[in-house]
Amino acid sequence: MTLDTRGLTAERCIQLLDGREISCRELVSAYLDRIAREDGPIHAFLRTRRESALAEADALDRDGRSGLAGVPIALKDILCTRGEETTAGSRILAGHLPIYDAGCVTRVKEAGLIALGKTNMDEFAMGSSTENSAFGVTHNPWAPDRVPGGSSGGSSAAVAAGFAPLALGTDTGGSIRQPAALCGVVGMKPTYGAVSRYGLIAFASSLDQVGPFALTVRDCALLLSAIAAHDRCDTTSVEMPEPVRVPDAETLAGVRIGVPWALLEQGVEAGVRASFEESLARAEGLGAAISEVALANAEHALPAYYLIAPAEASANLARFDGVRYGLRVEEPGDSVADMYGRTRAAGFGDEVKRRIMLGTYALSAGYYDAYYGMAQRVRTMIRRDFDSAFAEVDLIATPTSPTVAFGIGERIDDPWAMYASDVLTVPANLAGLPGISIPSGLADGLPVGFQLIGPAFAENRILEAAHALEQAIGFDPVPPALRVTA
Amino acid sequence: MSRGTAAAGESAPGASVILPAVAITRDDVLHVARLARLSLTDDEAATMEGQLSTILGHVDALSGLDLAAVEPTTHALGEPDVTRPDEARPSWPREAVLENAPAAQDGAFRVPAT
Repeated sequence: MTLDTRGLTAERCIQLLDGREISCRELVSAYLDRIAREDGPIHAFLRTRRESALAEADALDRDGRSGLAGVPIALKDILCTRGEETTAGSRILAGHLPIYDAGCVTRVKEAGLIALGKTNMDEFAMGSSTENSAFGVTHNPWAPDRVPGGSSGGSSAAVAAGFAPLALGTDTGGSIRQPAALCGVVGMKPTYGAVSRYGLIAFASSLDQVGPFALTVRDCALLLSAIAAHDRCDTTSVEMPEPVRVPDAETLAGVRIGVPWALLEQGVEAGVRASFEESLARAEGLGAAISEVALANAEHALPAYYLIAPAEASANLARFDGVRYGLRVEEPGDSVADMYGRTRAAGFGDEVKRRIMLGTYALSAGYYDAYYGMAQRVRTMIRRDFDSAFAEVDLIATPTSPTVAFGIGERIDDPWAMYASDVLTVPANLAGLPGISIPSGLADGLPVGFQLIGPAFAENRILEAAHALEQAIGFDPVPPALRVTA
Repeated sequence: MSRGTAAAGESAPGASVILPAVAITRDDVLHVARLARLSLTDDEAATMEGQLSTILGHVDALSGLDLAAVEPTTHALGEPDVTRPDEARPSWPREAVLENAPAAQDGAFRVPAT
């Protein structure tokens, strides 16, 4: 049978496989064929692995399967895949073949999920538009002249376009939630430590976290339950206090939701705000108690983040020096230092260079306390604000992104305007908290994201509430342009 | 070279506090580039000078906060340090690690002599 993958959920894939209505090969082929036909103008994938994916599907068809096994998934190209090219969107890693799988990739393989390929991203996850990839921009399936968000824009575009029912991304300052919002899909950043960072090419280690993209909250929970686990190769990873459950809540009765209204004064577009307020009213209609919470220092999160993240990045990216892996650029007679400088100049793009410079400056002698030390103190204040807020409410709600998808090229020459895309997502990263973005509705025909943040390890609480709200909103995740084509 | 005002993104969300930009000079840029082992062209250095000044101008919004009594964060969730038993475990084989090296010789990474 020919399977239409548009709007097809992972749960539906499992039903079809369990009922033997289709084989794993047919399912995987349907997605790969759609990618081959339609991904040219979107460019969600940097590369696919057709032969390997089909061989894995055949093995499952032959040997039997259960659970998530056989369901296709797309992987952000920052996650190491053994023997398969992993570039983090950077020229400096073009052709790099990791010698091990990332911890989350191992979990994905153990669950029997079938990786279709690696998705495009801002170089080293630095960006909010996927325009900073060394391998071309990704276009938003809702509007090809607009960005898909970033840095995991390839993963969000892939799920929105029906190229994969599930995808993995990473979120350091909003890089799962913001692209999920801009592409009209569900994306979740788990609690810091819930998913192993082993083999995730590090950007800012105190903030980075792997998480799922999906078309529904239930699919998102299914994937999270497969990847959340302690990994002895990541000492910051922990076992979740309770397993992740697939949510089934129909109401929000008794759920207290706080809104930091003052934070929403910071440049939230009228259309985004209207959609947010509409969804909030739906939550109230489902029984939630809505109140205001003060996150007094959340307005300082953006500047604190843009000191901490570049500082950590400048240290993490020191390893890309032309010695151990990746690109080397060397002229006859070069010293080691000359070779380092040439290699990094040729291998890194503008945004990565900017962050390395900013981070190196913030950590340099005489400025460490004034910048990095100050930012880590502000971070403590932001964490305290969340602790106080969660003494009063169960969840905090905001729009995910202050704007809908912006035009390709619109912010690329104005770094601070680009950074401001993250104003509503970075507070959760600084505090290590879990957050989800679900589609709230449309503004000017483009998706708006609704963000729910919870206390550490309250993933189940977030998923239950998000699921109930998602049912009430009834968003159609298939972009209009894709509804009419074959 | 120092700059008087930061050119903020027009109506950029989060840009409500705009202080006079920090003066990053060309010498600062070149010094930091050396620390970061990053060769910059003259054009890149000029662009960097303006952009870093603008970004640090926004970041300077933090400098008015009273943080004297606040401890810096060392872990997002305040988790304690984790240790493991001090037992030797096999590591990656040398040949596998060297497979990705741009240049290797005699089981080691090869780099310029000076």
